[in-house]
Amino acid sequence: MRNPAATRSGYRLLDHTADMGIVVFGPTVKGLYEAAAKALAELLIEGPAPEEVQRLSLEIEGEDRADLMVNWLREILYLWAAKSLWLLETNVEHITSKRLSATVRMAPYDPTRQGIKTDIKAVTYHRIQVRRTTAGWEATVIFDV
Amino acid sequence: MEITLKRIDAYRWEIPATGKMRVPGIVYADDSILEGKEQNEPLQQVANVATLPGIVKASLAMPDIHWGYGFPIGGVAAFDWEEGVISPGGVGYDINCGVRLATTTLLKGDIATRLEDLVNALYRYIPSGVGSTGSISLSVSEEKKVLRQGSRWAVSQGYGEEEDVAHTEEKGCLENADPDMVSPRALERGRKQLGTLGSGNHFLEVGFVDTVYDETVTRAFGLFEGQVTLILHSGSRGLGHQICDDFLVRMTKSSKKYAFDLPDRQLVCAPLRSEEGTAYFNAMACAANYAWANRQILLHRSREVFYRVLGISPRDLGMRLVYDVSHNIAKKEIHVVDGKSRVLCVHRKGATRSFPPGHPELSPAYRAVGQPILIPGDMGRASFVLVGTQTAMEETFGSTCHGAGRVLSRKAAMKKSKGRSIHRELEDQGILVRWTGRGTLAEEMPEAYKDVSKVVEVVHGAGISRKVARLKPLAVVKG
Repeated sequence: MRNPAATRSGYRLLDHTADMGIVVFGPTVKGLYEAAAKALAELLIEGPAPEEVQRLSLEIEGEDRADLMVNWLREILYLWAAKSLWLLETNVEHITSKRLSATVRMAPYDPTRQGIKTDIKAVTYHRIQVRRTTAGWEATVIFDV
Repeated sequence: MEITLKRIDAYRWEIPATGKMRVPGIVYADDSILEGKEQNEPLQQVANVATLPGIVKASLAMPDIHWGYGFPIGGVAAFDWEEGVISPGGVGYDINCGVRLATTTLLKGDIATRLEDLVNALYRYIPSGVGSTGSISLSVSEEKKVLRQGSRWAVSQGYGEEEDVAHTEEKGCLENADPDMVSPRALERGRKQLGTLGSGNHFLEVGFVDTVYDETVTRAFGLFEGQVTLILHSGSRGLGHQICDDFLVRMTKSSKKYAFDLPDRQLVCAPLRSEEGTAYFNAMACAANYAWANRQILLHRSREVFYRVLGISPRDLGMRLVYDVSHNIAKKEIHVVDGKSRVLCVHRKGATRSFPPGHPELSPAYRAVGQPILIPGDMGRASFVLVGTQTAMEETFGSTCHGAGRVLSRKAAMKKSKGRSIHRELEDQGILVRWTGRGTLAEEMPEAYKDVSKVVEVVHGAGISRKVARLKPLAVVKG
């Protein structure tokens, strides 16, 4: 757990009876979305990062910042669920309230070296929030597990 | 917002229609189920659903009510087919998550010495766990056949018998399924997962009939005391999740043109008669059919394991499907409301259909007594067989509960399990467990769930389904 008032990005878990949630924070909106993607990746997989990576360019849209966050994380989750690719690093290159473009470095999942931590099945709209704070930006996201 | 509940009787409570609610909420529960602050959020969800356009009579909640996405789990809501809406949140991510119960001619004592071999073989030969893939790899055109045909596809490929199809809700196929409404992403996710159990609370359980409550119906269902049974709980895997996601995105985009005033984004919906509404209904049907095909394959594979391990013939095993029910689905059904016959879209999310004796949808084997209903418990406690009633048709659009919800979060369950060996505790009770995934057993331990017998007592007491038999577990495989 990191100090949300600091200038770094990070996240903390929300304990929930039925599912799993996170509160993500970052000094900038770009940092927030990057931190959210990394948080999802950390919750999904554990293990050493492989050497072989794929670079992908992603273009994501949304009706507003919250919808954009859900669609962004949905894309990361889809790459994992359908293609067994997990996120190592991301750079959000451009972001508005309804659109973002990013480069992601993905690695193929290797069950002999990595393990699945959490079976996250979907990114939900439940309690979805993206908001400014005095320290920067904060978002709440609930995952279906 | 604190929700006001008005008691109607021992098992029924009303949330009076206030504010933007178009109909009241009706909750089936007893006092103990409604205790605790954590019930306020799901009750608020019942009230939220009551605001949706075209909702008929009431927003209903079964006694296993707990928090869900938009609609509560344990929620039932019916919408006028012409004027109402359809909502992916009213079905759930795992479209046609459901349960099937099969019986055998064997008694508990017949398998006692082979139980460990049996559960080890089931664990080995039935793929389970996160992202598990099966041995059935489909081409796109074959996958579309699965989506169109459901259980029938599985039987045509040699996975089971015609009687299995007859004993499946909707005969294992919603005919309105349209694979052209299913995205390439959803097809991609479904292609390698057919014949897999899944993960989380999905399971396969060998058990036995422990108690008979209703002799006549038990006999009609082909059950008897001490009989070895098999329960399968699984859904539409990644395909269903992707379809739900795809339509949440699509309906969120199209919601502007309908200008619905939604109290919760996750209630996003579309008119049933709209292009989006029709597309979702027909894509949802594809996922439903996939799940039925999947459960049919899992049943048949389980039969083959039993033959091999026990060294007996199909005739001597006599593994017969009693019934397969869905508990996450939306159906086009005719119901009588205020004396008039109406065509409705009934959403059941964490709720099971409960059709009465005489209903034309039921197969001849069950028409005299009513529809079998299967209510799975957690892996340490009992499951129940119930039967459908006329009271359910009159009050809940022919619906009842589906199981028991979680009472501990995954984190709390992991904490409570520290220093304990859950599988040893279960073995001490005579229950063998096999599982995949590091945290699965702790997260899914019996104490993490409510006691399903309390849920069953409420629906039985309210008359929306009736107890027939109780089953107890002997061996469980969890994904």
